[in-house]
Amino acid sequence: MLINHPILGPRDAQEFVYLGDANLLHRPDGLAEGAIAAFHDYAYQRGNPAGEHRELWYHEQGDRSWLVVTRNTVTHEILKVELARDVARREGRSR
Amino acid sequence: MRYSGFRVIAEALIGHRGWKPIWRDPTPQAEYDYIIIGGGGHGLATAYYLAKEFRQARIAVLEKGYLGGGNVGRNTTIIRSNYLLDGNEPFYEFSLKLWEGLEQDFNYNAMVSQRGIINLIHTDAQRDAFTRRGNAMVLNGADAEMLSRDQVRAMYPFLNFDNARFPIKGAIMQRRGGTVRHDAVAWGYARGADSRGVDLIQNCEVMGMRIENGRIRGVETSRGFIGAKKVGVAVAGSSSRVMGMAGMRLPIESHVLQAFVSEGLKPLIDGVMTFGAGHFYVSQSDKGGLVFGGDIDGYNSYAQRGNLPVIEDVAEGGMALMPMLGRARLLRTWGGIMDMSMDGSPIIDRTGIEGLYFNGGWCYGGFKATPASGWCFAHLLATDTPHATATAYRFDRFLKGLMIDEKGQGATPNLH
Repeated sequence: MLINHPILGPRDAQEFVYLGDANLLHRPDGLAEGAIAAFHDYAYQRGNPAGEHRELWYHEQGDRSWLVVTRNTVTHEILKVELARDVARREGRSR
Repeated sequence: MRYSGFRVIAEALIGHRGWKPIWRDPTPQAEYDYIIIGGGGHGLATAYYLAKEFRQARIAVLEKGYLGGGNVGRNTTIIRSNYLLDGNEPFYEFSLKLWEGLEQDFNYNAMVSQRGIINLIHTDAQRDAFTRRGNAMVLNGADAEMLSRDQVRAMYPFLNFDNARFPIKGAIMQRRGGTVRHDAVAWGYARGADSRGVDLIQNCEVMGMRIENGRIRGVETSRGFIGAKKVGVAVAGSSSRVMGMAGMRLPIESHVLQAFVSEGLKPLIDGVMTFGAGHFYVSQSDKGGLVFGGDIDGYNSYAQRGNLPVIEDVAEGGMALMPMLGRARLLRTWGGIMDMSMDGSPIIDRTGIEGLYFNGGWCYGGFKATPASGWCFAHLLATDTPHATATAYRFDRFLKGLMIDEKGQGATPNLH
């Protein structure tokens, strides 16, 4: 698979380390009500869709950026690649 | 029809005109007591033991494609019970004991071959860990023995014993481990279940579940609604998709695992060998092909095919272990979809929906578990209590911190 890095252009997926579902960006608040259940869902439960999947890839053998890659898990087609930083900011992770 | 040597001779005398199809092709009834979703090894074994051991009736197995067309038809056929932890080892040893009597039990030749399995040792630390594991196996009634370097060399002189990175220092061996003809397992269970009145319904895809007031009423299928008092799901690989129909999220990711077969060779490897440090394992099929594999590709996939980098990685592992492998040509590679659970161990449990039961999360070790998985799932379905060897395989173990983490790596869905 080739991942079209937003800064570096097309790179072999072998340069990356895969982490999993991009919902891992949304770490729950450990002090909120129901934090134990929220952390259980966060750490263990997965949507695991057959089809479009947003996932985190880390460019370990490159510029060490985290990417959010939207990929089809049935065809392996990569539909969109964004810097995880941009996605996290857009989704309110960083203030 | 019972199979026997006498039967073969009798059929030979009448020109083999007496053989019949080994299961029926029934049309689904309006309602069953038990519906098993998934006509693979685990689902068929569940139906077989439900009918035979737990004396239940009105059972149907629903299969989207054809019987045994999923992972039971695309694995590398290894059986073993070399686990460490209390939650696992009694279960897998129960499974191995069932394998040992399976062919007599279901009167079908599954070619169970206890040719022995070895796990190679490269360091003192690994020897300590394997000694501990061997002791745990023996304490749970399994067999294990430590082999010296010379004993391994006597078995497989062609291995690269002096590899600079991973010199072979010995091995742990389970002589009762081995291989089984994987398709025949599905066929044997299917025949045994069918002959006890189980309806095996193929080309019948489950499209939805009818749930009323927290209770399952039946399933919507491509062949219409089928009512059921209890529904058991055994669809490893697609577990998240099927349980999603009941509104459940699972602690599972689906990943692709590749396997490989070389061209047919003369007898070379008479047992099963694993090279854990290099992520490579190999055995030789009765047709002569070397059957081998390594790691999962490592990203979520439902594609049933992998990519080239893992093929290269597995080939490198094989070359490091046995350099002669480089002269053999690769005949086929293929991929299967694994339920990778968050601690590397399976789930056989009730769900929050009354009458709906789940069996999955087998990672890439589901084949060896087939008999015990079927037996324990049938036990759960028939009695509503877990079998004694499967009490740890619960959904809530993640919430309670009771993971069965054989590798000690925590919540990563890429273990074993």
